Amino acid sequence: MSGVLVTGAALLGGDQADLYVVDGRFADPSSADADVERVDAAGLIALPGLVDLHTHLREPGREDAETVETGTLAAARGGYTAVLAMANTKPVTDTGEAAEHVLELGRRHGACQVVPIGAVSKGLAGAELAELGLMARGAAGVRVFSDDGSCVADARLMRRALEYVRAFDGCIAQHAQDPALAGPDACCHEGEISGRLGLPGWPSAAEATIVARDVALAELTGSRVHVCHVSTAETVDVLRWAKGRGIDVTAEVTPHHLLLTTDEVTSYDPTYKVNPPLRPSEHVEAVREALADGTIDAVATDHAPHARHDKEHAFVDARPGMLGLETALAVVIEVMVRPGRLSWARVAEVMSITPGRIARLAGQGRPLSVGEPANFVLVDPTARAVVDRETSASLSRNNPWHGRELPDPVAATYWNGRATYRRGAA
Amino acid sequence: MRHLLSAADLDLGEIGVILDLAEEMAQVLHRPVKKLPALRGRTAVNLFFEDSTRTRSSFEIAGKWLSADVINISAKGSSVSKGESLRDTVLTVAAMGVDALIIRHAASGAPWQAANWLAEQDLDVHVLNAGDGTHEHPTQALLDSFTLRRHFRTADPDLSDFGGRRIAIVGDVTHSRVARSNVALLTTLGADVTIVAPPTLLPSGVSTWPVTVSSDLDAVLPEMDAVMMLRVQRERMSGGYFPTPREYTVGYGLTRARLGLLRSGAAICHPGPMNRGLEISADAADAANSLILDQVAAGVAVRMSVLYELLGGDDADLPVGGRGGQTAGHHLPVGQSVPEGVGV
Repeated sequence: MSGVLVTGAALLGGDQADLYVVDGRFADPSSADADVERVDAAGLIALPGLVDLHTHLREPGREDAETVETGTLAAARGGYTAVLAMANTKPVTDTGEAAEHVLELGRRHGACQVVPIGAVSKGLAGAELAELGLMARGAAGVRVFSDDGSCVADARLMRRALEYVRAFDGCIAQHAQDPALAGPDACCHEGEISGRLGLPGWPSAAEATIVARDVALAELTGSRVHVCHVSTAETVDVLRWAKGRGIDVTAEVTPHHLLLTTDEVTSYDPTYKVNPPLRPSEHVEAVREALADGTIDAVATDHAPHARHDKEHAFVDARPGMLGLETALAVVIEVMVRPGRLSWARVAEVMSITPGRIARLAGQGRPLSVGEPANFVLVDPTARAVVDRETSASLSRNNPWHGRELPDPVAATYWNGRATYRRGAA
Repeated sequence: MRHLLSAADLDLGEIGVILDLAEEMAQVLHRPVKKLPALRGRTAVNLFFEDSTRTRSSFEIAGKWLSADVINISAKGSSVSKGESLRDTVLTVAAMGVDALIIRHAASGAPWQAANWLAEQDLDVHVLNAGDGTHEHPTQALLDSFTLRRHFRTADPDLSDFGGRRIAIVGDVTHSRVARSNVALLTTLGADVTIVAPPTLLPSGVSTWPVTVSSDLDAVLPEMDAVMMLRVQRERMSGGYFPTPREYTVGYGLTRARLGLLRSGAAICHPGPMNRGLEISADAADAANSLILDQVAAGVAVRMSVLYELLGGDDADLPVGGRGGQTAGHHLPVGQSVPEGVGV
């Protein structure tokens, strides 16, 4: 392979340097031949390839909504070089074989690395442990386990899962939703708007109480817990307390919880139905603050494609979830970088380095230095565009950003030295 | 009026027009031949995703007495399980060329979604909310205000709005579309509204509503000009909202004993169907100042009025003598009824 010389990019927003990519890794730019392919990246920022801890690829089972191919193409467009594929497919990723199947789908069709997440419980039913060890010790090497979509509500099962995965440095990623407080119909933040609209309420306490319990269990078991899609100020307070005690807890926030509020629901448009629900602005500010100060460790998309006919129901009946991979970095730039709340180096941490570390990915979230895998994204810090859901790489159209002007940052994405996306390229 | 989705969308003038027209319609109800030709050639569909014999029948009769063709489509059963989306169902029915969809749905917001999908398709179909989930039921609120206005006018014939009138809404406000629509309509009409319920049945954010909130029915009743009792749904009895039906009655029922707390002439309303002995005693339901049967009778007149407002444009088929001589800008179709045998 002859290699590519990317010239003039500001590494993590700092000094300009050339990046020489050969055989999938960074090499010394001074060793590049004079006639090597050059990519002019002057004015662009180079970040390590983004890592999404929370993606729903829908394959196997709902290939009409998304496939590994289309979902990872969307990821590449969003600057991602790795996605963790949630276990709530059909069949559920709850056995070693199922995890290896997802891994294999990713190897065959992925435009980025596809890392299977294993279910915590068989069939996501919340009753018995899934084959955690077989998923971890098999070819898939699963490290993150989650029943996402459902909460591991049973405290004993959660405790056992946390204990069990300690043997292979696993992590339980909890969808924190106490089903007794926020049942299957809960679809709107419980507050003034849910009361006015007559929508079943999803109180913030239903999240914070589970997180409080789980950090106590993490302390008890000496294990690792990760909190998915933190959406409330109360949860942020619990996380601060837990981290202050030295409990091994990490947390993620989604782009939509960083920007959108419950006000979107007043139209009853199911595009804005998501679980946990959009929260009022005081919660949005709390999660921004927590991301800025490190209480929340990572941004994760919860990219959740749905076929139109699963969304075009009455609000309470529609499937929850929204697209996120293509626009995540744009939203982070809009609400965190432009107002000066995150530096580019911190963006690299919360969207690549820390997620890679939480998932124990050897080749992701690494420094942009010689010898490392060439996973990186070139970011245009000034471009803006109006989001058009029709141009998405995703098979689905449940895009809450449609029609909204946002940054349009991703100029190119390189996965193991190969360009998986280039703006303007066919 | 394009749609009737929310009682909150109506201003004082619009409410007055609807209630005044309903008075005219009510006169027709006393004639031996009730059919008016006003909406001849118009088609309204009762698109009911949730059973409701009373509301459906009321709309059906209202439409038929205005000579509209009224078709009932029961879409009960989750469209989610049938594989057809709500949007498919709404657009399929609308595509048949109907003029109005009268939508009842167990889920809050469904009529809004229907109106938006119709607008996206440029379909000129009116949407009438016949009750959506735990959200709104605007025609129920209109018929309640119609009934109360008549009641108040017996002592005060010139009454135009409800300024200074005190009205209590008692019971499961959280899950009540009747309560939400009534709060909106009654406050627009100028009434002072008090909500009385156990805290478990008060909606979240009620402190932002333009109402007084209480959990002490005995303290509230003596101040009221009218009291609206809400039905306690079966599923609330086992939902942990209150310990037992007996305790609910003691705390929040309009018992025989509480009748004595009401001022003389204070009106008693209930949207039906009643749980006699639970939220309302037989003595209260059948009291001289109970308006419960008047509410039912008002339902047809008010729905005729609303249907006429939505569908009776300038090209509506009005009887000779129906135009002119009436309130400016408004065509009253009640000057003449259709001779027997002429109607559809």
